[in-house]
Amino acid sequence: MRVGVVVFPGSNGDRDALHAARLAGAEAELVWHESTDLGGSDVVVLPGGFAYGDYIRAGVLARFSPVMGGVRQHVAQGGLVLGICNGFQVLAEAGLLPGALLRNASLRFEHRWVRVAVERSDTPFTRAIPRGRTLRLPIAHGEGRYFLPAPDLEGLEAQKQVVFRYVAPEGNPNGSAHDIAGVIDVSGRVCGLMPHPERASEPILGSDDGMLVFRSLLESAAETVGAGRESAEVVG
Amino acid sequence: MTSYRFAIDVMPKEGILDPQGRAVEGSLPHLEVEGVSEVRVGRRVELSVEEADEDTARAVVERLAGELFANPLVESWTIDRVGGRRTEHSDARVGGP
Repeated sequence: MRVGVVVFPGSNGDRDALHAARLAGAEAELVWHESTDLGGSDVVVLPGGFAYGDYIRAGVLARFSPVMGGVRQHVAQGGLVLGICNGFQVLAEAGLLPGALLRNASLRFEHRWVRVAVERSDTPFTRAIPRGRTLRLPIAHGEGRYFLPAPDLEGLEAQKQVVFRYVAPEGNPNGSAHDIAGVIDVSGRVCGLMPHPERASEPILGSDDGMLVFRSLLESAAETVGAGRESAEVVG
Repeated sequence: MTSYRFAIDVMPKEGILDPQGRAVEGSLPHLEVEGVSEVRVGRRVELSVEEADEDTARAVVERLAGELFANPLVESWTIDRVGGRRTEHSDARVGGP
């Protein structure tokens, strides 16, 4: 599996995402935001950080970076995209994921460990996570309060697009609607979450629960690549 | 071409929790101010657009407001002309309301 980790000016979770992807067994490379070439990536990761200083709104300026054209094309071709924290904000601003990430209700930059329930174990991002397993992951954000107008929120729930939800004992850290920590698009190929799976990649960091997300991606991509090769053989 | 200057005022929509406004309200007792409520904090952007006419210039600002300066999901905005018309060679940054 090839993972492309996009680097925007102000990204700071790119090296951690690279590390976690390689630890999971993937080939992983950084992709500068001015490039539209994703280097044949099976999975694109939009990492955490403060792209363009989070000016105007978190994620909105990054949305116009040339690389996002490549990301849209990647999605159109059925590729996988994972947005972590700031990456989630970029995907929401770009309209690739529903909703908006607003200033935390607490007004504080929330930087701590949380626990999330995995609502879907049938996505490319969660398939390696045993059913019923919760994840211990760190958060670090000032604008993570998930918002969607009420009717759309009901639709989101009805279509089972909520993948991660904050649960006890720490609970909801930012005032997100329905305790939402992460969502998936209708195609099931684009996922974003505020917690940082890449920062929970080894026990020495306090948790390696985040590796389950990267292992899920590895399994999914292996399957897709395998299927691609099979069809290529048939054609060839 | 003429330079037109505009102001875009962006505000959180009604019903959307505005933690900044709430924080301001929380600080008012420290200023010994009473009777102030419903504080909402928005954003104002001023810019100049070089276009053939005002309608075309305003259309550019409308697009920027909806795609960049405001998130239509949670924010509303108004656009106003500020200052007078300027020629191509004038310094568009000078002047204003």
